Amino acid sequence: MTMNSNLSSSESAKKAAEVERLSQKKDVRNRWLLSLPALAIIFFAAAGPLLIVILYSFLTPGDYTGVIWTFTTETWISVVLERDFFDETLGWADAHLSIFWRSIRLSLITTILTAIFGIPTAYFIATRSPKSRNIWLFLITIPFWSNLLVRTYAIQELIRNKGVINNFLQWIGLTNEPIEMMFTDFAVGFGMTYVYLPLMVLPVYASIEKLDFKLVEGAYDLYASRWQCLRRIIVPLVRPGLIAGSILVFIPCLGAYVTPQILGGGNQLMFGNLIALQFGQGKNWPLGAALSLTLMVIVMIALVYFVKVSSGENKKNG
Amino acid sequence: MKIKLISSVVATTLAFSSSALFAAGELNIFNWGNYTPPDLIEKFEKQFDIKVTLTDYDSNDTALAKVAAGGHGFDIAVPSNSYVPIWIEKGLLLNTRVDQMPNAKNILPQFRDVSWDPGRQYSAPWQWGSTGVSVNVKYYKGDINTSTIFLDPPEELIGQINVVPEMMDVMSMAIWYHGGEICSDDKAMLKKVNDTLVAAKPKWKSMSYGNLSKFASEDIYAGVNWNGASFRARIQNENVHYGHPKEGYPLWQDAVVVLAEAKNVENAKIFQNFIMEPENAAMMSAFARYANGIIGSEPYMPADMLTAPEIVVAPELAAKGKFLETCAPEVNKIYTKIWTNLMK
Amino acid sequence: MARSSLFNRPFEIKRIPSFQSIALFTFVGLYGPIIILITYSFNSSASLGVFESFSFQWYITAWENEKVQEAAFRSLYLAATAATIATIAATMAALATTRTKKFRGMTLIFVIINQPLMIPEIVTAVALLVFFAMIKIATGYTGMLYLIIAHTAFCIPFAYLPIRARLESMDLTLETAGADLYATPWKTFQRITLPMIWPGIIAGYMLAFVISLDDVVISEFVKSAGQETLPTYMLGQLRRFITPETNAIATVNIAVSVILVSGFFLLTQRKK
Repeated sequence: MTMNSNLSSSESAKKAAEVERLSQKKDVRNRWLLSLPALAIIFFAAAGPLLIVILYSFLTPGDYTGVIWTFTTETWISVVLERDFFDETLGWADAHLSIFWRSIRLSLITTILTAIFGIPTAYFIATRSPKSRNIWLFLITIPFWSNLLVRTYAIQELIRNKGVINNFLQWIGLTNEPIEMMFTDFAVGFGMTYVYLPLMVLPVYASIEKLDFKLVEGAYDLYASRWQCLRRIIVPLVRPGLIAGSILVFIPCLGAYVTPQILGGGNQLMFGNLIALQFGQGKNWPLGAALSLTLMVIVMIALVYFVKVSSGENKKNG
Repeated sequence: MKIKLISSVVATTLAFSSSALFAAGELNIFNWGNYTPPDLIEKFEKQFDIKVTLTDYDSNDTALAKVAAGGHGFDIAVPSNSYVPIWIEKGLLLNTRVDQMPNAKNILPQFRDVSWDPGRQYSAPWQWGSTGVSVNVKYYKGDINTSTIFLDPPEELIGQINVVPEMMDVMSMAIWYHGGEICSDDKAMLKKVNDTLVAAKPKWKSMSYGNLSKFASEDIYAGVNWNGASFRARIQNENVHYGHPKEGYPLWQDAVVVLAEAKNVENAKIFQNFIMEPENAAMMSAFARYANGIIGSEPYMPADMLTAPEIVVAPELAAKGKFLETCAPEVNKIYTKIWTNLMK
Repeated sequence: MARSSLFNRPFEIKRIPSFQSIALFTFVGLYGPIIILITYSFNSSASLGVFESFSFQWYITAWENEKVQEAAFRSLYLAATAATIATIAATMAALATTRTKKFRGMTLIFVIINQPLMIPEIVTAVALLVFFAMIKIATGYTGMLYLIIAHTAFCIPFAYLPIRARLESMDLTLETAGADLYATPWKTFQRITLPMIWPGIIAGYMLAFVISLDDVVISEFVKSAGQETLPTYMLGQLRRFITPETNAIATVNIAVSVILVSGFFLLTQRKK
């Protein structure tokens, strides 16, 4: 920067811009510092291990467990392509692909179902008196103090042939034969929705809670239709929570395996089971690593896309 | 060093506060869940003034992975026989010369020199059993000593069968069903195995663990099951019978081994010797409902176990049981593929 | 359902009728399995499937089972510690990544924070097993810290996302006003920002807590000798047989949560 004897107006503007730039720089630095504890913990206990996973996917499976330090790309090829053991033809690894597709479908269905039940529930809680809101909120989480496995077995108890629901239906005379619910897609869908519901309700509640209902009622008085109220005021408020909730439900769902295993009867593998199989009975750690990285990359692309879209929304909103 | 000191101080404080007993020694046991009788541990603690800490695992593979990684702090583990050679080969075990222990004389003759531990140097027998088929005889009256129960199920049982998702158990039963050898990579035979399994699977209801109550409540009628689990189901529902498939069925034995990383080696050896005492072996059997490999434990066993058809087997069927082996990695890979394909 | 009669009433935004019935249905659905679970904890038989008669037998069994009690306390302690650290870290990170125009690396921070969500648990578990084993061998320390760190890491995104959602559409004018009135940033945060994001923090904390409480796979692989948690204890039982003892423990867990929560609630009420 050159110093002139007379400070022209353009010069001072430049200076102001410089100050602005510096303070912005400081702001960004502060923001990084503020994020540091979270980043450090994750780096230590999640991102660091990720490097091990990446490394493993390029190594040779060890005899019976672990890996041998020999580089190979064979594992990665076997994620999508496989040589048929019986007729030697090379084809798509359709077992992997169909399992993958099944998991995505299940996760989508679960996300939608948790939204269908979760949004009204969150809305209901947010419209209680401020005092009782926390009680309702705790009511959502209390069932989750019991253990996942016990809860899943309790769900099975509810829906099995001689279980409570079937007994009730037969007692009121709706059916004569028990309805087969155990080990069906219904059972899995119900169980997954149950397990993941709080992950939708709580974020949606957090973003809805600040809604000023007088505002909405005022808008309604101003002859806005009910639909317009919903669309103009409620939907934008629900959106950030819904997006957060969807991430929290969809992604863990993709890797879930305890619930689908127990409620689905284990007939059909989910992606999580497939990966667990490689680290367990399959004794092929590199394939397990490669499969999970595949999953991760897909999720990551979806997530970055989501950040782009949601920050775009933000700008639009103000 | 400092951390070590602090942690040991903390550990002792914890041990002191959590237990009234301030023992002279310690022992860390890593065993299958719900498998170690608490009264046995209590007896051991009292007798030798050793504080035992018990930690569970749920599968051979988890146990192997954890111990192979190291830094776990366990002294004793209880892998299944088919995994013992892997543990030995990887140098995870300490050779404690079990065969020279005072109580080694109590080991049943057929378990004194076993293929997975030649000369019985590393491992003491814990419990052993078979994988066969459970059938509710109220719904199916035919012969139950056959693998057709789940590989080509009779009309009455279709859609009511559970198969435990143990790859090697199921694969070996299917291989023996076709007259093959376990761990073989004979393509023609494996093709038949594959086709049989693929054809049978739609006739199964589920592939899961923990089916005791479903057998008892008749939500499933038949399935691949362990003899001890079937025994427990029969106690709750007398119609659940256990069949030993005449085509061949897997046997297993869990083995108490001392780890190379063990810090309490002497206590661990005491434990190995301790469980080969007939009275103590009987305690294990009474708890988990599987047979032990110890001579003279019968007088201490619950009466119902001495006559249980799940445990006392007719000689011609007993001969059909074979101990599982660990297959070569290439073969295991092929089996995993067939298995994955079955479950897709 | 009396929806048609409601239709003609003046519009009340607080009571969207279909919303309300779905919400009540959801609560009923949530507690259905819990009632079953509690009922079977009083079953005299060893079966989860056949209810014989009422008995406290399994509570006595659990009471006498030192191992299961230790596991239960360890789980609660672990969940409380991990959720607290995770929520504090997540709140800071959420404050750093919202209410600003996009800066360099913001997406990166976002992706890193959510990274624990993206890898299936079993993979993180195996990787942590290998990674922590090296540290355990090198330092000789095998305490609870490993479990706490592992749990904190995967709890962070669960705490972060609700807090971020709350901050995202927060009204900035109050904060700016506070800053304009020469309040220190800390004062502004304490007096204005914190109360405003409090519901988000509570939601995030609760999520993190229950997620940690339920974790099986990572705990199973990270735990050292004597570090059984309730879920890993139950996992061990899964393959053999499950008795109503686990139901009894779960029921006690639920009772504890109700007591803790009501205690907390009474305390905060009194303060007001």
